[in-house]
Amino acid sequence: MAEDVVVAGVGMHPFGRHSGRSLKDLARVAGLRALLDAGIGPQGVQMVYSSNAMAGMLQGQEMVRGQTVLREIGIEGVPVVNVENACAGGSTAFAQAVMAIRSGAADVVLAIGFEKMFVADRSRTLDALESAADLDVVAGLGIQFTAVYGMRLRARLADGSIARQDLADVAVKSHANGVRNPYAQHRVQVTAAQVLESRAIADPLTLLMCSSICDGAAAVVLARGGALPQPGRPTVRVLASASTSGFTLDPAGGPSGATLCAQRAYEQAGAGPGDVDVAEVHDAMAPAELLYAEQLGFCPPGDGARFFRSGATALDGRLPINPSGGLASRGHPVGATGLAQLAELTWQLRGEAGERQVHRPRIALAQNSGGWLEGESAAVNVHLLERTQRWT
Amino acid sequence: MSEVRSNTALPTPVPTINPDSAEFWAATAEGRFITRRCTNCAQYIWYPRPICPFCHSQETTWEPLSGRGVIYSFSVVRKAGGDWKGVTPYVLAYVELDEGPRMMTNIVDCDVEQVAIGDPVEVVFEDTGEGSALPRFRPAPR
Ligand SMILES: [Zn+2]
Repeated sequence: MAEDVVVAGVGMHPFGRHSGRSLKDLARVAGLRALLDAGIGPQGVQMVYSSNAMAGMLQGQEMVRGQTVLREIGIEGVPVVNVENACAGGSTAFAQAVMAIRSGAADVVLAIGFEKMFVADRSRTLDALESAADLDVVAGLGIQFTAVYGMRLRARLADGSIARQDLADVAVKSHANGVRNPYAQHRVQVTAAQVLESRAIADPLTLLMCSSICDGAAAVVLARGGALPQPGRPTVRVLASASTSGFTLDPAGGPSGATLCAQRAYEQAGAGPGDVDVAEVHDAMAPAELLYAEQLGFCPPGDGARFFRSGATALDGRLPINPSGGLASRGHPVGATGLAQLAELTWQLRGEAGERQVHRPRIALAQNSGGWLEGESAAVNVHLLERTQRWT
Repeated sequence: MSEVRSNTALPTPVPTINPDSAEFWAATAEGRFITRRCTNCAQYIWYPRPICPFCHSQETTWEPLSGRGVIYSFSVVRKAGGDWKGVTPYVLAYVELDEGPRMMTNIVDCDVEQVAIGDPVEVVFEDTGEGSALPRFRPAPR
């Protein structure tokens, strides 16, 4: 086991539509909350990995995005690395921070992600999202990510392993969790009938199954074990950090990027999917949760819908998935999402998740995927976190 | 040789052409569908590129594709932005080519409500007017 890295502090700016607020405003709130939670000031941060995907196209800030928002909160004179990995940028920043500590380069590192997708001209946001694919190859196809998920699900509807009702029911579950999350964008309970009757976006997906345009920020302070003592509070340790880029699918088939990453993470941790007590998965469209439950090993291939129908993934189930509401309900401000997942799991492991607290979790898994390359995500990160103290 | 046509229902943006893709796009303008094939492991490679992604051999050559395949999966896009806003609903699909690779494309000349997984399709080239044509697919006889 590599040297202990712990999650010392987490913070978020609520996700949603924040018209009057700038990127700096969003990042400041999340950053300061994470520092406060870690019990340090800006001078305590030795290095920063900063994630943002779209400010180049949407705000015109093509370069030095991290530095521009960090000096707002007095973090200056330290290495700042700007990270972009589409929707997986936040967890990529986290993975780099883990590596920096393990390498001995720093003891206290901030990973921060921020995104502002609401701009006056919505088509610019859609263009920016489309650029998460290889534009040389797919620029002429009218590609949109809802349809990419739609195609994955269509094949499963066709073979009968997932029913249209499941697509709606899983969106109902996501929203039920999001209602309990003060950081969530969409805090409205919906019914399966409402989900199915909402506007068709890309078959078989409807509006209420999909994540939408969102503003927000999330931040995590990572520290070498023992560097920031926090007596009286449960310790959340990073058990595993695994990453992969996308790959060309062999026509004969093969494991997905999420599966590969999860296998690597389980191996690092000396654990298996059966040890996971709570998970946040990348449900840019709520029904993707059904596919990822299979790919992460929580249930056998093809059994995602059956696993969901059993109630196992509900807040009070055996393996609650997306207690935060997930991307579809909590929201998906691209560069911040991966860190929001890790913040949520930290709260869950500490027992600080309020109305959406799951029952005494010990091990948590976060899966964050970004971009798209001919059938596979362009970037995937899987992290395992552990609460080291017993629940009393 | 497949049809190249200039009267199209969907937008036909001009692709980015570089030295590695120039031969592919020149062929499309003539209604020829080609890709790289690995002479080491014999796989057809989509998208066409000089190094085989399966065995990493640099021994790849241009080879003709039949232009026939079946729909592996698809989605009917009903809400879109930009140039695509005015052409919904349209079909985004993976077509599994007879030679093996799956490619993302559009299905055209079809009733979008009738498209189904497993439908046989054939390539049709839609002219960009700039010396290239986009390969799209239409329903084909079984
Ligand atoms: Zn080869």
